[in-house]
Amino acid sequence: MPRVVVDVVLKPEISDPQGQAVLGALGRLGHDGVRSVRQGKHFVLDVEGTPDEAELKQIAETLLANPVIEDVELHLPRD
Amino acid sequence: MRIGIITFPGSLDDVDAARAVRLAGGEPVALWHADHDLKDVDAVVLPGGFSYGDYLRAGAIAARSPLMADVVTAARQGLPVLGICNGFQVLCEAGLLPGALTRNSHLHFRNRDQVLRVERADTSWTADYAQGQRIVIPVKNGEGRYVAAPADLDRLEAENRVVFRYVDGNPNGSLRDIAGVTSENGRVVGLMPHPEHAVEGLTGPSTDGLGFFTSVLKAAVAA
Repeated sequence: MPRVVVDVVLKPEISDPQGQAVLGALGRLGHDGVRSVRQGKHFVLDVEGTPDEAELKQIAETLLANPVIEDVELHLPRD
Repeated sequence: MRIGIITFPGSLDDVDAARAVRLAGGEPVALWHADHDLKDVDAVVLPGGFSYGDYLRAGAIAARSPLMADVVTAARQGLPVLGICNGFQVLCEAGLLPGALTRNSHLHFRNRDQVLRVERADTSWTADYAQGQRIVIPVKNGEGRYVAAPADLDRLEAENRVVFRYVDGNPNGSLRDIAGVTSENGRVVGLMPHPEHAVEGLTGPSTDGLGFFTSVLKAAVAA
């Protein structure tokens, strides 16, 4: 069954306190080279038949992500 | 005057909201998220809680529930709607109010009595207050940080759609200290703090929250 992946991250201008907390923990663990962490969501959709890009784009942009605060990336299966 | 209170799976404050409506002199009407039935109510309250466990985003799944489609249609025709805390998140997710609520900037759940300044005393839910009045009602949230793009915030301010601001300390990092906003027609209001928890001296820090529920009785009559 075709697998579609959707990644959602906060827009760059929206502060990400969870990402900043992870960055703080990395610093305490000695990983000084990491400059920034942005936390997001990763959705894996198994879709019947040939994925309909327009429909999946709509799903991604109207439910999986909130366009007020989040950017979304749709990854269709390559074949 | 019939005020509907929607219960979603995970709503917590629907009983307190119904009690506040009753104390204000209205008739609370229980509404269920999965029905397509607004039961001819004159206004609707979306209560606080954790609808659908805050899965996906707070309020995201509740905003797509069957009854919310009816609420959106009725609100666009002028039905007064109040969203409290999770209810505010649902209204933003449903597109009835601008902006979004995100994780508190300090990452902690914050529960305390909060001072607010009333910026608009002419909405359906705030007519019994005076502009500039300070009220004390509880705030309790983990994802209450109001955000929107800077241009959208400027537009909100220009259109005078900020209804409440936090004073004496911002509990969640909300941009421009915004605690609540309203729709263009002033009939849909959302805020993170909880007026329904401040309606009786015995159980609340004040009775300052009662004005929401007395205000809408007049708005509903006027409509």
